[in-house]
This record gives sequence, C-alpha cells and structure tokens, in this order.
Amino acid sequence: MAGSALRGFFERLGAAMTARIWRLGFASRFLVYLVLHSGTALRRFGLTMREIYFAGVLSLVIILVSGLFVGMVLGLQGYHTLQRYGSSEALGILVALSLVRELGPVVAGLLFASRAGSAITAEIGLMKATEQIAAMEMMAVDPIARVVAPRFWGGVLSMPLLAALFSAMGIYGGYLVGVKLIGVDEGAFWSQMQAAVDVREDVLNGVIKSFVFGIAVSWIAVFEGYDAPPTAEGVSRATTRTVVTSSLAILALDFMLTALMFTGGNGL
Amino acid sequence: MQRFLSCGATLNAASLVSIENVWYGYDPARPVLRDVSLAIPRGKVVGIMGQSGCGKTTLLRIIGAAMTPSRGAARVLGSDTRTLDRDGLYAMRRKLGMLFQFGALFTDMTVYDNVAFPLREHTDLPDALIRDLVFMKLEAVGLRGAAQLTPAELSGGMARRVALARAIALDPRLMLYDEPFTGLDPISFGVISRLVRSLNDALGATSIIVTHDVQETLGVVDYVYFMADGQVVWQGTPQEVDGSAEPFVDQFVHGKPDGPVPFHYPGSSFAADLAMAER
Repeated sequence: MAGSALRGFFERLGAAMTARIWRLGFASRFLVYLVLHSGTALRRFGLTMREIYFAGVLSLVIILVSGLFVGMVLGLQGYHTLQRYGSSEALGILVALSLVRELGPVVAGLLFASRAGSAITAEIGLMKATEQIAAMEMMAVDPIARVVAPRFWGGVLSMPLLAALFSAMGIYGGYLVGVKLIGVDEGAFWSQMQAAVDVREDVLNGVIKSFVFGIAVSWIAVFEGYDAPPTAEGVSRATTRTVVTSSLAILALDFMLTALMFTGGNGL
Repeated sequence: MQRFLSCGATLNAASLVSIENVWYGYDPARPVLRDVSLAIPRGKVVGIMGQSGCGKTTLLRIIGAAMTPSRGAARVLGSDTRTLDRDGLYAMRRKLGMLFQFGALFTDMTVYDNVAFPLREHTDLPDALIRDLVFMKLEAVGLRGAAQLTPAELSGGMARRVALARAIALDPRLMLYDEPFTGLDPISFGVISRLVRSLNDALGATSIIVTHDVQETLGVVDYVYFMADGQVVWQGTPQEVDGSAEPFVDQFVHGKPDGPVPFHYPGSSFAADLAMAER
C-alpha cells in the first residue's frame, strides 16, 4: 500500500516536471520564432515605439516615486550605520553603488513585471480570447510578428531606461535625506560617489543586468499571454503567472549575474 | 444520397472549395468530423447548418486552413491545405475574408484603422488611396459616418458590419461567415443578411455561412448542407428543405424538441433512479 502511494507520488512528480520541461522548450521555440520574425517590429519602428510608450512611459510614475523613496530610505539607514564608524561622508558611495549595482535593476525589474508585464500578458490574452489573434491569422498577418514582437522589443528597450531613471531618482532621494535633511557634507557626498563609482564595473554591469531582466520579463509576459487559454480564468491565471515567474526569474538571474560580474567570475 | 454524390461530382469542376472524405478529431478517439465530403460552387452563397457541436465550425476552420484534416483532403482556392507552407498559406488567405461571430475587431484601433488594417499590411498603396478604399468599404456597409468611433462605441450589429467591411477590404474571392446572425436584433439581422447577399454578388465572390439560424439563413443562401454528429446528412436548395424526408432536417428546421436529437441526455432509466431515491 505504502509502495503504491510512493509510486503514485513519484509518477505525479515526474509528470509535473515533464510538463514544465515541455513548456520551457515550447517557450524557447517561441522566443526563437519571435526573434527571427522581428523584422516587422524593427522595420516599422513606430509599432515598437508605441509599445515603449505603453510599457515604459506609462510606468514612469511608479518607477520614479519608488526610486525616490528607496533612495531616501537608503540615505537614512546608510547614514545611521556609517555614522557608527565615523564615515558618514561615504553615504554617497553607499547610495550610488547600492542603486546602480543592485536595487536599480532589481526593484525596477520587479515593478516593471508588475506594471507592464502583467498588462502585456492581459492584453495579448484578451486579444486571443476575443479572436483578434485568429482574425489577424485569417488576414494572412502573422500575429507574432505584428503583435508579439513589438511588445517584446518595447519591453526590452524600456527596461534599462526605467532602471537608469530609478537609480537616478534614488540617488536624488539619498541626497535629499543625507545632505539636505541630515546635513552630510555636500561636496563629500558627490565627490566620493564620483571617485568610487566606476562606469564599466558598476554602471555598465547594472545596465547589462537591467537589459537581461528586460528580456526575461518581456519574454515571460508575451509567452504567457500568447499561451493563455482563451477564457477569463485563463487570462487571469496567465497574468498572475507572469508576475510570479518574472519576479523569481529576476531574483535568480540577479544572483547569477552578480556572481559573474562582481566576484571576478570565480563564483563566491 | 445518390443525388449528393452525383451533385458533388458535378460541382467539383466548378467548385472553389472541395472537401473530400475529411476526418478530424481534437481527441482521436472521438472524431468531430467523420468522412465529410462537400463542394462549394463558385459564385454561390452556401449555408452549412447544424446544431451546436455538430462540427460545422471545425469544418469552417479546416476550410480556412486553421486546422488540417486528420484524414481526407481540403482543397481551397485551388490549393490542398495539407501541402501549404507558411508563405503558401498566407498567400491563400489573402484571397479569402472571414467574418467572426462577434466581429473580432481590434479594440485598440478605430473603425477606420480596423478597415485599413489589411490594406496597410498587404499593399504599398499611398494613404490617400487607402483612405478612399476604406470609405468605399464603410459606405458599402452603411457606416462611413462611424469611421472615427472605437469598437467599444459600436453596437453588436454595427461591429459585425465593420468587421464585414474589413473582411472585404482586399476584395476576397471566398468569404467565410462564422455564425453571422447570432445575437442580432431583427433590423441588424436584415442589414447583415442583405449585405452578405449583395456583397457576394457585387464582388463576384463565393460565400460559406456556418450557422444554426435556420429561417434567416434559408432566405439568403443558394444551397444548404445540414450536418449532424460530424456528418453531412442532407443537402439541397432552400426550396427543397420543406420537402425533405430526412428526420434530422425536419426536427432542426421546425425546432421539434424530440427526434433524432433526443430531448433527454443519455443516462440510466428514470424508474431506476426514482427507486434508488425511495430506498
């Protein structure tokens, strides 16, 4: 009895794992097809610009406000910690490196997944449920080239810009709290930041991170929307999956990229 | 049945669509279409009727090459849909138009942009010419004045007329209608049915209407196929429908609650269920 229950458990586990691997393979083929059929999105760049507006420009409020508050909290916490060691002038370094290396790409990525990723999934899923995708197919227009690719590239291009704005706003928040509110020396705040933050090591790596996160979130969002069952429940579940999977992917990718970028490539 | 075979053979030479012994099943154990054969003559409006779930929409998808038959062949506009690659499929689809049940208009575009969509995607015409063509198509369906509205501002009947204008934007040779009359009020129904007929004749096209709206459709079509349980059970002209000896046609056309399609869902006997309840 116990043996058959155990066998059933492993059978279900195996079936679930196989289904996930199939789905990952399907998603990978979808990405390859999408990239190969991106000609329309790049040739008629207006289609992609429109998606940059929806995914990027309309996400600005949440990104900028969040960046400001995260920077202000960093300023407060950082000051109280650095003060213990008599190095409160290093606040600028702490705020800038935290934001440029980690918090900018990661938090902006998480916000992007929640705000724009979910919207992309819901829009494509609803287009499928209301037969707009099928209608496009019947009009001999490839929906992956016409609908999916512009949204994918719109997300990929928006994400690094949003992360950069998040970091800039966060640094300004840290400056407001550290310099204007607490009274850290303004010259030390900026000059130490300038001296310690390296463009290639820190800024460029941060940009690469945000670009990778943009690919991951946009890929997950368009795939979940295109693969969603054409029902209200199907679209709702796909939207939830986009946010959950994207968030986990960002955190996992961040760990891997950090290990590669900031430890000299020799792991931990 | 003998008449079907002889008629089918006659129609094949002049037919735009030819379905030959087609089988299809989402689940191979339970086929939706079972050995369906029919021919759609050039220039005619043909109805395919049957109750929900009889396989008529699946047949329409096979004609539109959205699905490939498990067995048999579908020849549409001179092409065997099984042998078409992506480019061949799209080349074939550029010659056909499809009206979906609820229009399937692009909700992020205006009426004007919806109708202009196939023209912009498939031609290099200048904007001024596209504008003229769009207004000609909208004029044909009586909605030129609604060009700047969005789909959300349209009634169900208006949305279907806009979808019809979009479907005929490239002057298709074959028009496919999926339940075009469902949920329409009598005025909208009258408008749509007259448009189906007049556009078919004006464009010199061929039209296939898949529907379960009997009386409305019989007034529009030249020929009709009745489907039940995945098979064609009767065919003829609308005038011949009343004289049909086919029990399914009699039940379907006159809306009889019991007949070949039983009123009761299959189950154990009523008496046995009651006896079980008493116990």
